[in-house]
Amino acid sequence: MSLKRKIHDQDMESIMGSLLRVGVLVSATVVLTGGILYLFQHGASQPHYKTFKGEPSDLKGVKQIIIGVTEFHSRAVIQFGLLILIATPVARIIFSVVGFLLERDYLYVIIALIVLGVIGFSLFSGFAG
Amino acid sequence: MSILVFTLILLAGAFVAGFLGSLTGLRGGVVIIPLLTLIFHVDIRYAIGASLISVIATSSGAAAAYVKEGISNIRIGMFLEIATTIGAVVGAIVAVYAPTQLIAVLFGIILLISAALSLQKRQEKMVNMPNAKIAALLRLNSSYPDQTGKEIKYTVAHVPGGFLMMMVAGIISGLLGIGSGALKVIAMDNIMKLPFKVSTTTSNFMIGVTAAASAGVYLGRGYIDPGLSMPVVLGVLIGAFVGSKVLVKAQTKSLRILFAVVITFLAIQMIYNGISGTL
Repeated sequence: MSLKRKIHDQDMESIMGSLLRVGVLVSATVVLTGGILYLFQHGASQPHYKTFKGEPSDLKGVKQIIIGVTEFHSRAVIQFGLLILIATPVARIIFSVVGFLLERDYLYVIIALIVLGVIGFSLFSGFAG
Repeated sequence: MSILVFTLILLAGAFVAGFLGSLTGLRGGVVIIPLLTLIFHVDIRYAIGASLISVIATSSGAAAAYVKEGISNIRIGMFLEIATTIGAVVGAIVAVYAPTQLIAVLFGIILLISAALSLQKRQEKMVNMPNAKIAALLRLNSSYPDQTGKEIKYTVAHVPGGFLMMMVAGIISGLLGIGSGALKVIAMDNIMKLPFKVSTTTSNFMIGVTAAASAGVYLGRGYIDPGLSMPVVLGVLIGAFVGSKVLVKAQTKSLRILFAVVITFLAIQMIYNGISGTL
């Protein structure tokens, strides 16, 4: 029983490894694409990071960012790449829920769901502005 | 300075940070914030946002390499992530309301602690406590293969203490936009008495999840700027990748000392600027 669980765990981990690698690569590609576009469009202007103004609302929410991507806004494309990056560890948790379900380890299904809930709260709650 | 020049210099700086980070085991986030605030005069809130993103990038990138070795303990990681993610969200919300000067000073203090810890020799303190109730109940005890392929069993001590320490690590991570790997290592090595191989990979695994938890709050609050995060993320990622390819064991000790000296210097600068209000 314990040996069997071990093998399952290792399968899960190797799939997770590929998942993370693909996520990071896809994210970096999108960020790079948006970055090149951004430098072409805004490369000559001045950076403005000395005083904090906060991002405009079209770069703060998942929905608005995706709308920006469809309109080829370079900053929205980069932001979308960053969203993919934020999603990679979240995807890992979702995958773990499935993995623990397959292993019939219900205690850990619940634990993984709690972690997922906390991250979901951060992304979608009122605190996120 | 135009955005083009700014971006290219930042890309180079982030590359060095990622490179040194992967050589010394101290993650890039620790140098990204001082780099941005002290040298480029970026507001610390934008710097925290960009740093947090780079933390996720290095963690996911490194985890992809680690998991193949199959020594991280996903149960310990998952269980402790409850503590780190809750801490991270709390930290990120506090950060929104805390004065930036206080954050700068706190960051400096954490930098000093990280520098001190990076010079300390880590001690493996494995214990055999198969009867510890909570660890058994949560099925945290496990084993890992050593170099010869022999399975080494280990047990987990002081689960509640480790859990609390992880919550502190999560708060610091959310508050300052760093991975707080140093605090996670304290929790796992010193309190829970895990073997190195397991604590290193498991803590790395947790860093990305923890950072993702506070990233939601930061994104919604407008701390994550695409123009700033782009060179930081790409630079740190490429730097960490190159670093992992040229990892030379013999030189890491002197590198660590050099890095600790640099970090101490940056820490003092951050504290000074925080107190004098020039950040």
